[in-house]
Amino acid sequence: MTDFSDFSWTAENAAEAQRLIGLYPPGRQASAIMPLLWLAQYQMRDETGVAWLPVPVIEFVAAQIGMPYIRAYEVASFYTMYNLKPIGRFHVQVCGTTPCMLRGSDDVMKACKDKGLKKYGTTDDGLFTLTEVECLGACANAPMVQINDENYEDLTYDSMTAILDMLARGEMPKVGSQIGRTASCPDGGPTTLTDMV
Amino acid sequence: MPKLTVDGIEVEVPGGATVLQACEAAGAEIPRFCYHERLSIAGNCRMCLVEMEKSPKPVASCAMPAADGQVIHTKSEKVKRAREGVMEFLLINHPLDCPICDQGGECDLQDQAMAYGRGANRYEENKRAVTEKYMGPLIKTVMTRCIHCTRCVRFAEEVAGVEEIGAIGRGESMQITSYLERAVTSEVSGNVIDLCPVGALTSKPYAFQARPWELKKTDSIDVMDAIGSNIVVGSRGAAVLRVTPRINDDVNEEWLADKSRFAIDGLAERRLDTPWVRVGGKLQKASWAEAFQAIAAGLKGLSGAEIAGVVGDLCAVEDMVAFKDLLAGLGTTRIECRQDGALFDAGEPAGWLFGTGLAAAETADAILLIGTNPRHEAALLNVRLRKAVKKGGAKAFSIGPDVDLSFPLTQLGDDAALLADLPAAVVEAFAGAQRPMILVGMGALKTPGLYEAARAAATRLNVVRDGWNGFNLVHTAAARAGALRLGLAVDGGINALMGDAGVKALFLLGADEVNVQAGRFTVYVGTHGDRGVAHADVILPAAAYTEKAGIHVNMEGRVQRALKATQPPGDAREDWTIMRALSSVLGVKLPYDDLIALRARIATEWPDLATDGLIARTATLSAVTAPPLRGPLHHIYSNYQLTNPIARASPTMAACVSSLLAPESREAAE
Repeated sequence: MTDFSDFSWTAENAAEAQRLIGLYPPGRQASAIMPLLWLAQYQMRDETGVAWLPVPVIEFVAAQIGMPYIRAYEVASFYTMYNLKPIGRFHVQVCGTTPCMLRGSDDVMKACKDKGLKKYGTTDDGLFTLTEVECLGACANAPMVQINDENYEDLTYDSMTAILDMLARGEMPKVGSQIGRTASCPDGGPTTLTDMV
Repeated sequence: MPKLTVDGIEVEVPGGATVLQACEAAGAEIPRFCYHERLSIAGNCRMCLVEMEKSPKPVASCAMPAADGQVIHTKSEKVKRAREGVMEFLLINHPLDCPICDQGGECDLQDQAMAYGRGANRYEENKRAVTEKYMGPLIKTVMTRCIHCTRCVRFAEEVAGVEEIGAIGRGESMQITSYLERAVTSEVSGNVIDLCPVGALTSKPYAFQARPWELKKTDSIDVMDAIGSNIVVGSRGAAVLRVTPRINDDVNEEWLADKSRFAIDGLAERRLDTPWVRVGGKLQKASWAEAFQAIAAGLKGLSGAEIAGVVGDLCAVEDMVAFKDLLAGLGTTRIECRQDGALFDAGEPAGWLFGTGLAAAETADAILLIGTNPRHEAALLNVRLRKAVKKGGAKAFSIGPDVDLSFPLTQLGDDAALLADLPAAVVEAFAGAQRPMILVGMGALKTPGLYEAARAAATRLNVVRDGWNGFNLVHTAAARAGALRLGLAVDGGINALMGDAGVKALFLLGADEVNVQAGRFTVYVGTHGDRGVAHADVILPAAAYTEKAGIHVNMEGRVQRALKATQPPGDAREDWTIMRALSSVLGVKLPYDDLIALRARIATEWPDLATDGLIARTATLSAVTAPPLRGPLHHIYSNYQLTNPIARASPTMAACVSSLLAPESREAAE
């Protein structure tokens, strides 16, 4: 695979693509564009180690559902979850929206930068790509980052640095809240309805 | 029929109308950028905000359906403030480069900022900058000026049928671009220039040429195809600088094909500006008197039967009448207009017109194309056919080379034998059709017998019925319908005429698509040093379509008049005056000395050509017998761009061809 123009589904993904297309009524196959692009991005990760969507892959998906290339490209370029450029092994998406910002996302961002990550760029060793994103829906545990498919929450400068170090060493950091919260229960234990617990 | 009140005026509008249309019906002016009558509603510019009672916020009138009892205010303080707010947002990122912007003077944003803006900007951050996007040799982009109205995107998708323009990215990073910045492959792409309300998309050949108020604007008729598009010729001095469409819903709606819009730079290239006479095998410049003497000498001793004429594709009716009268004076009626070699019954107009009519074509429900590629041959007809298929659900079939017409089309193959033995799917579709159409291309009509076969198929499929004529020839030459109405056709067509060794002298009136062999005394009257002059013994320089007033008849038989925009170059003269002057020298003086007298002469013999409207035709087609046919059909054009002498002389059309042939080498095309 050089320019990715010979991209095609693996047998497993081909079946999954058919299932996704089948979710929509006949004539509305174009609705499947988003899950199909997502599927293609995963397959790219599995095949090349980099989760991204080169143009020929987008065209392959568009052709499968009879969508003009520009329409598929519009979708792929609209959502930040599709990477139109190759990224590093770990895609560090730092949330900078209001709740995270108020709870210290600036520190998290600084931790990333101090580790040599550059916004919208990839580190020279090909490990980390840093992007600042809008709300990822984990505000109760702000500040948070998403790295590949996992969320890391309740971060501080130190815990973020630790996570990046572990990833760089090939270890898997603890997913979720970094201060031991379960899901989004209150910090430091229950504060209401304590009698009933 | 909802009734509503706009600024205290009660109006009743048709069901399905919008509040914006109701406001216009009540005489209120609503500013807008994204809304356009002929495109779908986007509702994204927010400029058309109006106040609606019982609505807590101003509403976008273009996207709000009109309903009974609505009370609309368009002049209230709230509306004024809303418009000022929207305008301020639009101008946050719009550059203040009006002095170097080609849209200046005809810019919706400029006008509306004057009328509805605050007059000052409170935004102190840097403006956003967007890189230019390559869209081909016709469209110049300055995307920093784009306000994201998406008119161009909707036009490409809905009207042109080429989904190649889109909006990528989002929010502040949103950009309008052609797919991967390739040239847009539509034949009507130039219309996005007119649609663009700002200076983001402007004409590349016209860049920095003129300001709109410098141009003399002359109403005219386009001759690049047989649609007869209504145009405005913008000229300054002797130069035609641009052509823009005029609205005529019967003909071109408000669109214009790219060749009509951009081939005009060919009007200034390779022009014949003085007579030429061949002396000793070499062409030499001559005076008009010398040229006329050379013609008189060349015709000496020839009888009328030895003289013949060919009229070209771009002539006006007046030119052809004077030409016909001159040759009649010389004793011949052998004049042919079908220089492309098409063969068909040139008698009764119903047999050769585009009988359905251009506007009616979009209501067709079954379409059979025979050897025609309307995208190349009549781009705006293709827009109509696309509407019939995409909006009206018409079934379309094509016999001929495979072709992409930008709408779903069943390709039946290119064998002429299919006409006698139509596939069941076609027969079935036509049996259930109320408004069926057959379209026959000029390329197909080169095959002898094809015309009869098409007529027979028309009879079998019953396409000509009460109140509906579904038999159509897709003409490519602007002059063709007028010439046929004048009876400028001979038995056997152009090949019979050119192959007749008895023809010793040949007059070519702007005929450049015909192969002229040496050995005959040939007089060429025309505008460009193109194919027609190759073997000419005498060349007379004539006026191009923008340089003369003229009557033009389009393919549906619509008579329209063009006005004169500029003067012909050098010693060139209007064609009919050349005929008139030459007639005196040859001793067969024509009885008219001015255009009024000539038009009076036309009105006596062809009254329908002297009045605007459709020419007379019968409502029925006689039955004909078709010979058995076999063999492939062809399209008449292999490309869209280089189809007439003006287009072949046009640097812009040449750039289009090279950009299409080598899309990768776009630096060379720019």
